[in-house]
Amino acid sequence: MINLPSTFKISLRALRINKMRSALTMLGIIIGVGAVITMLAVGTGAGNKITEQISTMGSNLLIVFPGSISAGGIRMGGGTQSTLTWADAEAIKREIPNIEESVPLLNGSAQVVFANQNWATVVSGVTPGILNARDWLLAAGRVFTEQEVKNAAKVCILGQTVLSNLFGEMNPLGQVVRIKKLPFTVIGVLAEKGQSMMGQDQDDTIYIPISTAQRKIFGKGGFPDMVRSITVKTATLEDLGPAEKQITELLRQRHRLGPNQDLDFNVRNLTQMMNVTEQAVQILTLLLGAIASVSMLVGGIGIMNIMLVSVTERTREIGIRMAVGAGTWDIRLQFIIEALTLSLIGGLAGIVIGLVAAEIISSVAGWPTIVSPISIIFAFGFSGLIGIFFGFYPAYKASQLNPIDALRYE
Amino acid sequence: MALIETEELSRVYDLGGANIIHALDQVSVKIDRGEFVAIMGPSGSGKSTFMNVLGCLDHPSGGRYLLDDVDVKGMNRDELARVRNEKLGFVFQGFNLLPRTSALENVELPLLYRNIAAGERKKHAMAALKAMGLEGWERHHPNQLSGGQQQRVAIARALVNNAPLILADEPTGNLDTKTSDEIMNLLVRLNGDKSITIVLVTHESDIAAYGKRIIRFLDGRIVSDEAVKKS
Repeated sequence: MINLPSTFKISLRALRINKMRSALTMLGIIIGVGAVITMLAVGTGAGNKITEQISTMGSNLLIVFPGSISAGGIRMGGGTQSTLTWADAEAIKREIPNIEESVPLLNGSAQVVFANQNWATVVSGVTPGILNARDWLLAAGRVFTEQEVKNAAKVCILGQTVLSNLFGEMNPLGQVVRIKKLPFTVIGVLAEKGQSMMGQDQDDTIYIPISTAQRKIFGKGGFPDMVRSITVKTATLEDLGPAEKQITELLRQRHRLGPNQDLDFNVRNLTQMMNVTEQAVQILTLLLGAIASVSMLVGGIGIMNIMLVSVTERTREIGIRMAVGAGTWDIRLQFIIEALTLSLIGGLAGIVIGLVAAEIISSVAGWPTIVSPISIIFAFGFSGLIGIFFGFYPAYKASQLNPIDALRYE
Repeated sequence: MALIETEELSRVYDLGGANIIHALDQVSVKIDRGEFVAIMGPSGSGKSTFMNVLGCLDHPSGGRYLLDDVDVKGMNRDELARVRNEKLGFVFQGFNLLPRTSALENVELPLLYRNIAAGERKKHAMAALKAMGLEGWERHHPNQLSGGQQQRVAIARALVNNAPLILADEPTGNLDTKTSDEIMNLLVRLNGDKSITIVLVTHESDIAAYGKRIIRFLDGRIVSDEAVKKS
């Protein structure tokens, strides 16, 4: 009954006659769709970046820090007290279920020397479990053995930044570097990780056995078994909450703290902090999406406005069409298709603008942006829906005109 | 063989309060196929309302209207549109062509709403334009055509769907005398050659004289209905 190709042709011609007006009407949709695409691109990019950083940091992590010193009413900052021990770390692994790794860490900065090169970096005493806990991969060589940890062997694993500063292109395995004047044999090289969330270079590091750090490098200031923090990895994300409580309880007992005494340590849930950041980005994306949707809504109202004007202007044309036999839906479709064409062309232009804007943002501001095909389909589909929705009322109005009045309209 | 038959047809406008206007007051008339009827009367006599009802553009308030033996009363918008599309051709005083649209596309319009394929539409429309002596003008837009040419395009549009009835509402009102004669002769020829029934509204006696029968309206009623004496 209804002739779609011809109706489409009629609609296109009507839009061509008022080129400027059609273009201005599309502007709202163009800006709305462009904004949706850009926002989603920025949001997806930021989300991916965070996920990536969480994965480089290692997942399901709890970090136990010592508490603060409180002397004569003056409280020093966190970590100033030296209360954690390697034995605490082993007790956590031994006594709490679902703990995958519990790695003691004692670190400090040190000057590292190889031949005529030297470099100041962070040297961390750890157990081999650190690789699993922090999701490190080895680029070359091996991690230290239990035997080497027990014997406080002078072996080390280099991060990529240290490697390139000391060795350049040379193969470091088997070479000897000096850390605080002591000779260490390089047995492994870590794979590259890049920056942490806080912008630190995670590759600027050296790992040595915890025993070596305690006895030969950093142990001098504190008591013999002291560690600066304990990194705990649970089996799953769900284990983090219970593990946090159990660690607190265990260490309270081990440190002989009464129920009313302040804790001399803190347990921090890093994954949870990351999740909060991720949620913030998601909320931001949703918010920006909502703003973009509002501008599309405004664009839709603009389309409705122009379509109402168009119906009024073409009252006589509608009358003529009715007189020669156009039915209700012939008239309605003509105007709905006109509105749909407006919004879809606007949507296409908006997608192009959104793609360009996302590209500019990522190259100028340096933010990672990812335009997903789904966001393009969503934006295009949504603009089409807006055209149909806001085109319907003017089209309905046109179809309900009285043919006699319409024919007489001047 | 009546093409149009009205029985006590009335059209009442209720303008609120006691202000009720009987634009048509119990009009009964019969028009056979092949007739050429001129309807005359002063302004406000009801002749335009009568044409609107005949053209299925307006609903009668009472009485019956049979067009081609089908009762039009009670039809919805789309059914009326279909009747207009298949049974009627309109010729208006102001031509009522679509602006910025070629003569050809204007003539194709009724076929478009009958869902006829593009090639077929063009063929029929070209034939109708040719019959009106407009060969070579099919690409022109209405504003590039003279008044007489525009009215001929409108007549071609009325012819294109092979409607048995053409309703002409003051078709020469906007034309000079010479062009008026041309248009009227065209209508006479259509009536004679193709025996298309023509109902014409006019207030000019010399235009009405082209018809075979003259019906005069006054205050919503028919006051005279007589055959034209051809001299």
